Amino acid sequence: MTQIDFYTIMPISVLVLCASLLLLLEAFYPKGKQKQIAFFAAFGFALTLGLSISQLGNSYSGFGGMVVLDGFSNFLNILFLITGLLGVALASGYLQRMNINKGEYYVLMMFSVAGMMLMSQATDLIITFLALELLSIPLYVLAAFALNRTESEEAGIKYFLLGSYATGFIVFGIALIFGATATTSFAGIVAAIAQPATNLTLLLVGGGLVLVGFGFKVATVPFHMWTPDVYQGAPTSVTAFMAAGAKAAGFSALLRIFATLFPSFAADLMPILAVLSALTMIVGNITAIAQTDIKRMLGYSSIAQAGYILMAFVPFGDPAIRATAVAAGLFYLVAYTITSFGSWGVVIGLEREEGKGLDINDYAGLGKKYPWLALAMTVFMFSLAGLPPTLGLVGKFYLFRAIMEGKLYWLALIGVITSLISAYYYLRVIVIMYFKNGDPIINKDNLLYMSIALCVVITVVLSFMPSFLFSWASNAMLTMF
Amino acid sequence: MNFLLEPLNLVTFFPLLGVLVLLFIKSEAKNTIRWVALGTALVNFGISLWALSMFNSSNPDLQLASQYSWIQVAGWNIQYYLAVDGLSILLVLLTTFLTPIAILSTWTAIEDRVKDFMVFFLMLEVGMLGVFLAQDLFLFYIFWEFTLIPMYFLIGIWGGPNRLYAAVKFFLYTMAGSILMLLAILWLGVNQGTFSVPELVLKGGIPADVQLWLFIAFAAAFAIKVPMWPLHSWLPDAHVEAPTAGSVILAGVLLKMGTYGFLRFNLQLFPEAAVKAAPTIAVLAVIGILYGAAVSYSQKDVKKLVAYSSVSHLGFVMLGMFALNAQGIEGAILQMINHGLSTGALFLMVGMIYEQTHTREIAVYGGLWKITPIYGSLMLIVALSSMGLPGLNGFVGEFTILLGAFGSKAFGTPIYAILSAIGVILAAIYILYMFQKMFLGPVGKIVEEVKHHGHELRDLNAREIITLLPLLVFIFWIGLYPAPFFNLIAPAVDKLLIPFRAILGG
Repeated sequence: MTQIDFYTIMPISVLVLCASLLLLLEAFYPKGKQKQIAFFAAFGFALTLGLSISQLGNSYSGFGGMVVLDGFSNFLNILFLITGLLGVALASGYLQRMNINKGEYYVLMMFSVAGMMLMSQATDLIITFLALELLSIPLYVLAAFALNRTESEEAGIKYFLLGSYATGFIVFGIALIFGATATTSFAGIVAAIAQPATNLTLLLVGGGLVLVGFGFKVATVPFHMWTPDVYQGAPTSVTAFMAAGAKAAGFSALLRIFATLFPSFAADLMPILAVLSALTMIVGNITAIAQTDIKRMLGYSSIAQAGYILMAFVPFGDPAIRATAVAAGLFYLVAYTITSFGSWGVVIGLEREEGKGLDINDYAGLGKKYPWLALAMTVFMFSLAGLPPTLGLVGKFYLFRAIMEGKLYWLALIGVITSLISAYYYLRVIVIMYFKNGDPIINKDNLLYMSIALCVVITVVLSFMPSFLFSWASNAMLTMF
Repeated sequence: MNFLLEPLNLVTFFPLLGVLVLLFIKSEAKNTIRWVALGTALVNFGISLWALSMFNSSNPDLQLASQYSWIQVAGWNIQYYLAVDGLSILLVLLTTFLTPIAILSTWTAIEDRVKDFMVFFLMLEVGMLGVFLAQDLFLFYIFWEFTLIPMYFLIGIWGGPNRLYAAVKFFLYTMAGSILMLLAILWLGVNQGTFSVPELVLKGGIPADVQLWLFIAFAAAFAIKVPMWPLHSWLPDAHVEAPTAGSVILAGVLLKMGTYGFLRFNLQLFPEAAVKAAPTIAVLAVIGILYGAAVSYSQKDVKKLVAYSSVSHLGFVMLGMFALNAQGIEGAILQMINHGLSTGALFLMVGMIYEQTHTREIAVYGGLWKITPIYGSLMLIVALSSMGLPGLNGFVGEFTILLGAFGSKAFGTPIYAILSAIGVILAAIYILYMFQKMFLGPVGKIVEEVKHHGHELRDLNAREIITLLPLLVFIFWIGLYPAPFFNLIAPAVDKLLIPFRAILGG
């Protein structure tokens, strides 16, 4: 193992090391003082974040081309680590209130984030698969973490069964790709595609299966059925983490695989991606209207948001637009992650034991009684709907620009019409908070409210100064082979 | 610091200073809050007059520009760019002029959550001023969408019994239009390489078929806002449910954002498409004029009557604008201001009586002139101004518009002018019908009912008269001596017409 090999995966290794140490520490830690575990976990994430930031601008390939460190992976790794930090902040008070405060929670989260990071760096299908398992298995456990609630167990089982099923698709797809090209490394596959002897049909079917598998992971329609149930049943802090981190990780793999391996199949794959994205936006947004449970509503909203992100990737085959498309997707991922974390944070703020405080009507009167929290939720709802002055609007601007450059006008039209539909249910939350009378109860949790405030500040301030994030996202180049 | 001292930045963002101050005042100190809000709005009116004093009316170009590069990375070319010209200067002044008046009208009408109300109101002012001043499409879009938010809360929190429905309908209708505009804006940004309006105008060269699509996309946003028939159905709901001050601003300024949008973007950016679309727009405008008038006449609720009259009045504005000649467009711009003054005053007066009687049903009123003579006389002036009596402001605008429409080469026929002249007569009918039912004849049963509750129907008090007086001054001023106003508008309109002269000849 050379220095460069190690350097490419240094942040991941450090994070895994921290997680393992924490696991040991947790076993010997006195009961009742486990709140400090959260602090250690946050420290681990922060340390890794620092390392990731120090790697900015570097670009290496390690382990014989199995992993890569490039602008794209760096951007996403930083996003994943911020997700981890926010995840810890959201969870620490919540777990105590729900009586599920166990140190393993944080350890599992750290392993999962390590999986996400590996996924964004993988340039070999075997590594992609390994990363996927590392990311998913802790999440299955986390979904079922609230052992005292049957819904949580149900969510865990459901997520596990459907997740394994989806993984099966990916493995089978990888096998077919291997069958066609006799290699799993990205560079090898790209080289093989250029050979006339390669069975392209087999390769394409393999690619299609991989697409289906990741479609499950990022919850695109028609592979989304598990999402609302799992999001509703899982502990809310886990849901927040899944909705942001796991989704972003799925997209990172999808994007890297498709943009580097299959640009030559763009003509075949583009219509499929376009239809998937359109369906996801339509079904996600329309179904969300009918929801009365805030977790389910945000669940469907996150499905719809996946449709928007997927939309950015539709013109991936056109080399002139690829950079814009990738940058727009990454930018929107950031906007979505921050906003969705914030909104789940508000949900956590109002959630009581035994699943009370989760009906949208429980938010009635929030505007009068807790104006700042209601203001925060308003900002998040506006951002998700794409209204000013929020990052969501700027993100949508960028997304639709990529689509306009790709001349996919019909898809852009569907995109804007579904955002209009989405405004209806996002507004409903605001209507209930401000225009209806009620007496909401919120939990005491300073760390939570500080994180929410941070999300609000980022959402609003970055919308006025997006230049830095724009240029960062547009420089987050994929290593091409 | 220099940034903030540039006149247009100052006028746009000064209300935020008021918001900031308000945040530090206790919610219970309602009068302090009112005075701070009023003071902010008045100072802002002063600032806009200061900007006017620096405005060179003989210069047809954008002036007082405040231009900074904002987002210039990753293939984006977005500027922070505010500037004013003859097309927008009057609308800016109208906004800063109506805001303090509207705030003054809430003095006793809004008792609940006064602080929130004023915060939203001042934020609305920022949004509206931004819309009229922004010369970069991205910036414009942000301001445009932003105005939705405070107005939505104003209707939703302080509105009438059906306010939720009205607020959501208002929001979704307006957003439906603006999302299409968003796509058109992005098309321009991607294909023309800039979002700056003057640069886009200079560049031109958009193929005719694409122009038509872009025209339609922009028109969708603006036509809903105006609102043009058949996209007007949100307006009566929003007006009836909105609090008085909200209605004043909605009718006075927000609707003008639509007509201004047509002027600034549809005419400037897509002249060929505008010529092609002119007859269609004229047909819709004439339908709007007649339909609005007819529906006004059949209303039982006086606020609804005034609301529908807006559909009719703004039909005139659209007709004049798409006549695509100097008289038509100058008349249209002046009529925007007139409508803001007259309809604003009408909504204020409806609100003043509603505050006492809590009903807007025309049938229960009658003989008010005898009981409240000042109110009656002022109402008569405003009503006459709204129906276009010579000597008052409405006449000047409508007459110029009809002249323009009559000789319009873009229409090619005087039929639209003739048909819309019928609208002028209809306006007289519904306005006078309202005045007769409410102010003349036997005393209505509402007077007894009010007495029954232990009150006496009182005439206007000093504050209410002060609220109305500035509006009346301008109603007479524009009616008797409109030249200074036309002088502000004319050079810019002349410049706007250059491409149309080339297309239409002459």
